[in-house]
Amino acid sequence: MSAAELPSFSTSRFRDEREADWIAFDLLLTKLEKRGAKALTSEELLELPILYRATLSSLSIARATSLDKALLDHLEALSIRGYFLVYGVRETRWSRTRRFFLYDWPAAVRAVWKETAIIALIIALGALTSWSLVAHNPEWYFNFVPEGLSGGRDPRASVEFLQSTIGHGKAAAGGEEESALHMFAAFLFTHNSGVSIMSFALGFAFGVPTMMLEYYQGISLGAMLAVFTGKGLGVDFGGWLFIHGTTELFAAALSGAAGLRIGTAVVFPGARGRLEAASDAGRTAGKVMVGVILMLLVAGLLEGFGRQLITDTLFRYGIGTLMLLFWLAYYYVPRREDVA
Amino acid sequence: MSAATNAKARNAQSKKIRQFITPEGVDLQLRIASSGLRLGALIVDLILIAAALFAFSLFMLWIGAAGSGDVAFTVWMLGFFMLRTFWFIGFELGSRAATPGKRLMGIRVVARDGGRLTADAVVARNLIRELELFLPLMMIGNGASEDMVSGWTVLAGVIWSLTLSLFLLFNRDRMRMGDLIAGTWVVMAQRAKLDSDIAATQDAQAILFSDAELSVYGIFELQELERVLRGRDARAMREVADTIRAKIGRPVAEEDDVFLLSYYRQLKARLERGLLFGKRREDKYASE
Repeated sequence: MSAAELPSFSTSRFRDEREADWIAFDLLLTKLEKRGAKALTSEELLELPILYRATLSSLSIARATSLDKALLDHLEALSIRGYFLVYGVRETRWSRTRRFFLYDWPAAVRAVWKETAIIALIIALGALTSWSLVAHNPEWYFNFVPEGLSGGRDPRASVEFLQSTIGHGKAAAGGEEESALHMFAAFLFTHNSGVSIMSFALGFAFGVPTMMLEYYQGISLGAMLAVFTGKGLGVDFGGWLFIHGTTELFAAALSGAAGLRIGTAVVFPGARGRLEAASDAGRTAGKVMVGVILMLLVAGLLEGFGRQLITDTLFRYGIGTLMLLFWLAYYYVPRREDVA
Repeated sequence: MSAATNAKARNAQSKKIRQFITPEGVDLQLRIASSGLRLGALIVDLILIAAALFAFSLFMLWIGAAGSGDVAFTVWMLGFFMLRTFWFIGFELGSRAATPGKRLMGIRVVARDGGRLTADAVVARNLIRELELFLPLMMIGNGASEDMVSGWTVLAGVIWSLTLSLFLLFNRDRMRMGDLIAGTWVVMAQRAKLDSDIAATQDAQAILFSDAELSVYGIFELQELERVLRGRDARAMREVADTIRAKIGRPVAEEDDVFLLSYYRQLKARLERGLLFGKRREDKYASE
């Protein structure tokens, strides 16, 4: 048989018949990518799945019958692009955000409650360790808190100075300080977020570095606490810390919990494969971490503005308690939608 | 090139392909993006971030000079944090699931289980990037600032942190630490233009080849020939045409492009006919 007597099916004819669909699908996808689903008319929206299936079917036929590399590559690329657009976006940004705040965020935090409790215990243990050490021998303080960070708040400082650093006494009434408040708040927020992201990210190393980082946070807290209680300023310092500390320490505990979750999933994957367990944990932890960053933003605002503007200790305690109750209720009060 | 190297090349290609079956039952055969492309994408993104930061800084400096310097500094600090943390997350949440660097390299992020790429997965994989990028730098910085740490300790620290950062080199799916934890992959998502069908029209002056002349080549050679024809490089065409003429024992009688095009069309028709009958001849070494 010579090449002239070809069988009636030919890939050229196949292409001639289907090519219009591919071009239409390509145009539709480009429009969808550039301007979103809203730019499509209702006819175009109805056409989208039909053209998508036509393209996939063309790909199957082409793979079985055609040897035209350019054609195969084009159909493959078009199908992949189409698949991710057709199956990718199922809800609008708004409904996704709404669902995150209403259900996903609290549910993710609830899911890591065991880890949260462990990390909270570790922070408390760190605080207790350094508090008892510094209370017995103030020299220990310098081992725990670096000079640069303490800003003169160490055992050598006078009661008056310590008082001024927590917004009481005469020295606090400086007009100059107020202009720097938002700067301070922004700095605290970015710094704390960085630490939290680290303590989350280090979690995959079996959670050990995460626990160490959280223990260290507890240590510097306890050391400070010991210095102030030693000078009889315990209650005032508590208020200074409490107003934002409930939010900030809660966020720190959650970021540690997110890290620990990944660590434990890697060590004890259970019935699932190790990879699968890690990615399951990673998704829960990812949700928790978005929440942590938002919490730290709130904490930064409370610390930068609230704490510097409100100097009444009782009032400070009140706001801190209120925030704590708010977070606890938001996360742990069960709601009807959880069952579904 | 021998049969063994041909088979090896095909094998290497197929190792990069991952089965990915759509609900319609079609295997999309995604290809894992190479580490070089990933690095290229990262470098492009870092350059873009640096450029955006520079522009943003200049803008804020201009605002700061105009009036309230403190507010400008605060906004700058928040903007810097947002840019650093949410550049990758923001772009990968878009419909193309790729940062500008990734788009340029023709790659995108995909959920490993074939499902939808969720926001939490994107957040998880990118927060871990923070660690992968900055831990080695931090180790070097720490070592430089503290005299008591010996050179060897620094070296050990850097090597330890590099094994994290270069994790993707040590597994065949080219997963970063972040990909592993988020359950994602980075795959090729290149666009391929639909080129014209060069086998479409049969012109009258086509040279007819006999079955024996067409039976010397397989699919691999056909697609190489297609590449040369689409490339339209006269020297490459001459070389290929001469090789084919020598192989099938024909004198140089026609223009190279006419000869090659006729040969391509008839070889393609012959091999596609084989496909319809269930015979797939991979290359010239395979039997008929």
